[in-house]
Amino acid sequence: MAAVTADQKAQRTADPADTADAARVAAFDASVAADDRIEPRDWMPEAYRASLVRQMAQHAHSEIIGMQPEANWITRAPSLRRKAILMAKVQDEAGHGLYLYSAAETLGTSREELLDKLHAGRQRYSSIFNYPTLTWADVGAIGWLVDGAAITNQVPLCRCSYGPYARAMVRICKEESFHQRQGYELLLTLSRGTPEQHEMAQDAVNRWWWPSLMMFGPPDDASAHSAQSMAWKIKRHSNDELRQRFVDICVPQAEALGLALPDPGLRWNEERGQHDFGAIDWTEFQEVLKGNGPCNEQRLTQRREAHEEGAWVRDAAAAYAAKHPARGSAQHTQPGEATA
Amino acid sequence: MSAALALGDDALVLSHRLGEWAGHAPVLEEEVALANIALDLLGQARVLLSLVGDEDELAYLREERAFRNLQLVEQPNGDFAHTIARQLYFSVHQHLLYSELAAGQSQFTDLAAKAVKEVAYHRDHAEHWVLRLGDGTAESHERLQAGLDALWRFTGEMFQPVEGLDIDWEALRGSWLTAITDVVERATLSVPDGPRSGAWAAGAGRQGLHTEPFGRMIAEMQHLHRSHPGASW
Repeated sequence: MAAVTADQKAQRTADPADTADAARVAAFDASVAADDRIEPRDWMPEAYRASLVRQMAQHAHSEIIGMQPEANWITRAPSLRRKAILMAKVQDEAGHGLYLYSAAETLGTSREELLDKLHAGRQRYSSIFNYPTLTWADVGAIGWLVDGAAITNQVPLCRCSYGPYARAMVRICKEESFHQRQGYELLLTLSRGTPEQHEMAQDAVNRWWWPSLMMFGPPDDASAHSAQSMAWKIKRHSNDELRQRFVDICVPQAEALGLALPDPGLRWNEERGQHDFGAIDWTEFQEVLKGNGPCNEQRLTQRREAHEEGAWVRDAAAAYAAKHPARGSAQHTQPGEATA
Repeated sequence: MSAALALGDDALVLSHRLGEWAGHAPVLEEEVALANIALDLLGQARVLLSLVGDEDELAYLREERAFRNLQLVEQPNGDFAHTIARQLYFSVHQHLLYSELAAGQSQFTDLAAKAVKEVAYHRDHAEHWVLRLGDGTAESHERLQAGLDALWRFTGEMFQPVEGLDIDWEALRGSWLTAITDVVERATLSVPDGPRSGAWAAGAGRQGLHTEPFGRMIAEMQHLHRSHPGASW
């Protein structure tokens, strides 16, 4: 980004009438209006670039931090089949993080820079991952509700105006849908299992329902970035619209699961053709965002430790690559590439 | 002892150890790679254990003394170099063993023919990290040498004959040592020269004699399953 934007800034300041800039803005606006994709080499407003970097970084960080609550159960998964499914899912999440950091890098930032900001607490990740996984059923609730909410949020992003982000989301959404079905099936098995298993499933849904609704962000009248993101077609629907859509999808699914949603205010509204639902505890949401949720400290500490304890490994790989530039064989079989 | 149980337990236990890395790897690519290897091994374990009985009963309801895995694979992860040393020793062994099984005629032929492709990747992954760490920085060199040294004493057990496997174990030992020596020396490291599997360790894992960390590992692994007798998951 540095080279490109410096060049653009130089051109802009060199043009006292700013006509070139105005022309670029007009061309950009026309592209967005025509639903064309903006690509990395295209000119874009700095605020658009910054907004995308913020959102994509937060999305990538969420995949990486989101590995933790589920990885918490890998070593305790109650059957080998479930263990394999869970390992594959956590692996997919690391892969999603990689896609998203790569997509963000097309905007001129780097994975290292973004991770540094995450570790320093200067960029966020989804509030949902600050809740603990206390039982095996939480793995199912995360699949059904958390991945379900993520999909509701992310499917419209497949039509996002920024090409690399939209393309990453197409790949990610396919895998997320798969995870969501697996989570649903896990809960269904528990719900139809022993009384203890049913109770475990109900307890997990009770704890994950409201935090999942918070994943759609603050209400529309309090959402700082929404209007501009929608104008730029980064977002296609408002937070409240997506939240409503999610509730309407979940209600019949909960019935099919034989599990109750923990909201006495939840009922079908014939006039609206949608469900009414109770008030979200926005104070809790704000507290979690501020770092005061149940696991904020633990999540960030584990991430920082993994990064710091891995520094010597990354240094070794870099030193080896510098010593053996011609051989390159190790480079060509980077494990991530071989398995992607 | 059932050969399927021995090979299945090796894969099951090492898969579990690698699963402990999830969320702790030094770089995202290794989150993917270690989970991938763990999944391959778990897949192998499920096929092998199913040859013996119910995979979940075998994994979750046996006591420590009934597991037949090598002591090598139950060793705690340690740092990344320690994990890579364990991967090197085991994946080279498994690659050579499965190559032979795939070429022969036994109940393991089909399984080995499929698994050997996965294991070739595991071996490649381990060998490349041995090169990077051994010939990387002074610190990585030292850490990997420490890992290779610490785990060396568990390597003799890999060549104890397993009943039901038609393998020339002495030849396997020779091929393994040649392969290990080659990559360790290319990585500017030394092949350890201490004792390998002395009187206590020789064949111990295969007889259900394990090291202390293993009991805690399976306590964690089995806890939930054992808490709900008869439940389906």
